[in-house]
Amino acid sequence: MNDLLGLFLTASLWAAVLNIATPLIFGTLGALLCERAGVLNLGIEGIMTMGAMIGWLTVYGGGGLWTGLLVAAAAGALLGLLHAGLTVPLGLSQHVAGLGITLLASALAAYLYRLLVEIGDLPPTIVPFQPLRIPGLSDIPFLGEVLFSRTPPTYLALVAALVLGLVLARTPLGLAVRMTGENPHAVEAQGLDPVRIRIGAVVAGSALMGVGGAFLTTAAFNSFFPAMVQGRGWICIALVVFASWRPGRALLGALLFALFDAYQLRLQAVVPGVPYQLFLMAPYLLSILALTVVARRAQVPEALMAPYRRGER
Amino acid sequence: MTPVLELEAITKRFGPLLANDGISLSLGEGEVLALLGENGAGKTTLMNILFGHYRPDSGEVRVMGRPLLPGRPRAALAAGVGMVHQHFTLAGNLSVLENVMIGSEPLLRFRSRRAEARARLLSLAERFGLPVTPEARVGDLSVGERQRVEILKALYRQARILILDEPTAVLARPEAERLFETLRGMAREGLSVIFISHKLHEVMAASDRVVVLRAGRMVAERATRDTTPAELAELMVGSRVVRPRRDRRASGDVVLEAQAVTLREGETTRLDCIDFTLRAGEILGIVGVSGNGQAALGRLLSGLARPTEGRLLLDGQDLSALGPRTLGRAGLGRIPEDRHAEGVIGDLPVWENATLERLREPAFSSGGFVRRGAARTHAQSLIERFDIRGATPDTRTRLLSGGNMQKLILGRVLASGPRVIVANQPTRGLDEGAIASVHARLLEARAQGAAVLLISEELEEAVGLSDRLQAIVKGRLSAPIAAEEADARRLGLMMAGVWDAQNAA
Repeated sequence: MNDLLGLFLTASLWAAVLNIATPLIFGTLGALLCERAGVLNLGIEGIMTMGAMIGWLTVYGGGGLWTGLLVAAAAGALLGLLHAGLTVPLGLSQHVAGLGITLLASALAAYLYRLLVEIGDLPPTIVPFQPLRIPGLSDIPFLGEVLFSRTPPTYLALVAALVLGLVLARTPLGLAVRMTGENPHAVEAQGLDPVRIRIGAVVAGSALMGVGGAFLTTAAFNSFFPAMVQGRGWICIALVVFASWRPGRALLGALLFALFDAYQLRLQAVVPGVPYQLFLMAPYLLSILALTVVARRAQVPEALMAPYRRGER
Repeated sequence: MTPVLELEAITKRFGPLLANDGISLSLGEGEVLALLGENGAGKTTLMNILFGHYRPDSGEVRVMGRPLLPGRPRAALAAGVGMVHQHFTLAGNLSVLENVMIGSEPLLRFRSRRAEARARLLSLAERFGLPVTPEARVGDLSVGERQRVEILKALYRQARILILDEPTAVLARPEAERLFETLRGMAREGLSVIFISHKLHEVMAASDRVVVLRAGRMVAERATRDTTPAELAELMVGSRVVRPRRDRRASGDVVLEAQAVTLREGETTRLDCIDFTLRAGEILGIVGVSGNGQAALGRLLSGLARPTEGRLLLDGQDLSALGPRTLGRAGLGRIPEDRHAEGVIGDLPVWENATLERLREPAFSSGGFVRRGAARTHAQSLIERFDIRGATPDTRTRLLSGGNMQKLILGRVLASGPRVIVANQPTRGLDEGAIASVHARLLEARAQGAAVLLISEELEEAVGLSDRLQAIVKGRLSAPIAAEEADARRLGLMMAGVWDAQNAA
């Protein structure tokens, strides 16, 4: 029993939490931004897969790691533009368009990978992001190792959560995005263009999803395989609800899920005899539980999934 | 004096419908102009063109002599035109301040100047007598408070011309009076106001000038002090409209009876030990200011709520335990308070709404399948009998105007030959022509021996139709008085909760 609790005191557990959480933070922030403007983006799973592939491919082809992230963001933005085009001016079903994007992007990523990369017995690898020890701070016992010895994209994710939170809460642009998700007619009546705001939010949100995918291949791991996103996109969609559409809580939710995941991995080693599949299930079950407890009073953006057509009420 | 606003020969078509036909009007500084017309006369279309929601097919809008770019709300805002929409354009989840600020700052500013905005909002609120709490969540506000926010939003954008689309449609009488006082105050400060209405008394009380629209055309323009409600009514409808009045007739046996009925929901007592009897061939009017238990009474009589105590009898049989469907089968027809939410399902066609309550009857279904042909025929006959305009059996019900939707609901109820009709605010939001036709139908049902329970806030309506009246105040019901004994003073006292049991008939 002591072993089980003792795990919580190891710095390696908490370091793993941050690593596992990073792609979830990017993905959740991206989905949150789309939804705050009123568009559900179920293309996330595919966009993350494409981000993972193309970010890795860029580095494999000789580009820098940061260039890889940038290309992944651009690919995400492009797929986001497709989703926005289908759902905003055309007003098509956001569910169907999103799932279509996921199918398209996942398949396209796998196809391009097979087309462009020669695969031997083992998948080719790149040299991924290395931990960046922040001078001074990383020497703090425990906290230094957990928080200040991570790879750069993890720092970027934490900064992104802060920035998105401030933008939504404090800037005129953020207010316009939130208002568009609540009542696009009000936005139009105040002289702004809800169509452009929605497209912009979906494009930016999708870029974040692309970066989240690229983290998997350029920092967490060093190669790409087609199934590697493994439902993380769907987790992000659930985390947005868990977060009640607030960036701060999204960060918290991603960390919590990552904690469950990191813990169950270690439990598999400490508690033998129990089928490991049960442990694998644990984070998802706990997430569902957390979702039911926390999200029941969530304030859903009122115009989420409602297509906006001008002059129609 | 140069007019602040001119509309010249505005024409707008929607498909085959000519919504605005060459309408020209002007507005002076500090003037309150009423735009009067029935539902569907083209008032809202005209104002939406003015504000840039729609682009006119031809014609021009000029503000301060300068032409306004058509189809751009931003241009209208910049020119000093503000609009208070009938369906408020507010976000319920956001605060009052956020709702007011949206669009007022450059989008790419690094940080919203909330403190400044808050101070300016409060000073406007103070100056125009529109108190608000900037931090309050709009979803928590009452309808009247939301309207204040909507008006402040326009003032915040420095509107010099304020358009209000049916501003009193959602307000209770005292709130409406306060609103018009505010508008008068604004006019004194030099703002110009246009308000849309189909209520004559408002137009008479609050405007300087009236423009009357009918079927997309401007039919008259009058200085308010030179006209009368009767003249305006005639101009608006195109012919004289007289509300039908009840004739004297003896009523029959008691059909519906409430015996000491109490309804509690959670902690609150909605209805407190109420008694009434309703006879065949009579109309019993329940009058009162809204929010005093009318909604609960409506729920009770449609089977959506069960009495906590007391008994509800139909022909002496207890029906407390019945649900909506069994109540309908027992001969109870209902005209619900909110026709959009409870009366019809807007996205279904007229024929489905016409038969929804009776789908299990063999006339409309056989072997588990809906008899569409029979249902369509039935709907068509309702459309003809009840003069439901703009409808075919396949029209989506949402597209009907309020009056025609109400005729559909009324027709649906009357066609099933009910013994009791519960009519909850049956003419709310309707124009004069539609009101007259609803009244005529209710009186017709009464003449055929139906017992009608009329729940209404409109005193004129209740007194004109009812044989007897009871007041509802804080969930309690006064003893009934005969309609002949009802004068304004006595009704006023009753509705204030002062009633004298000895005096009652």
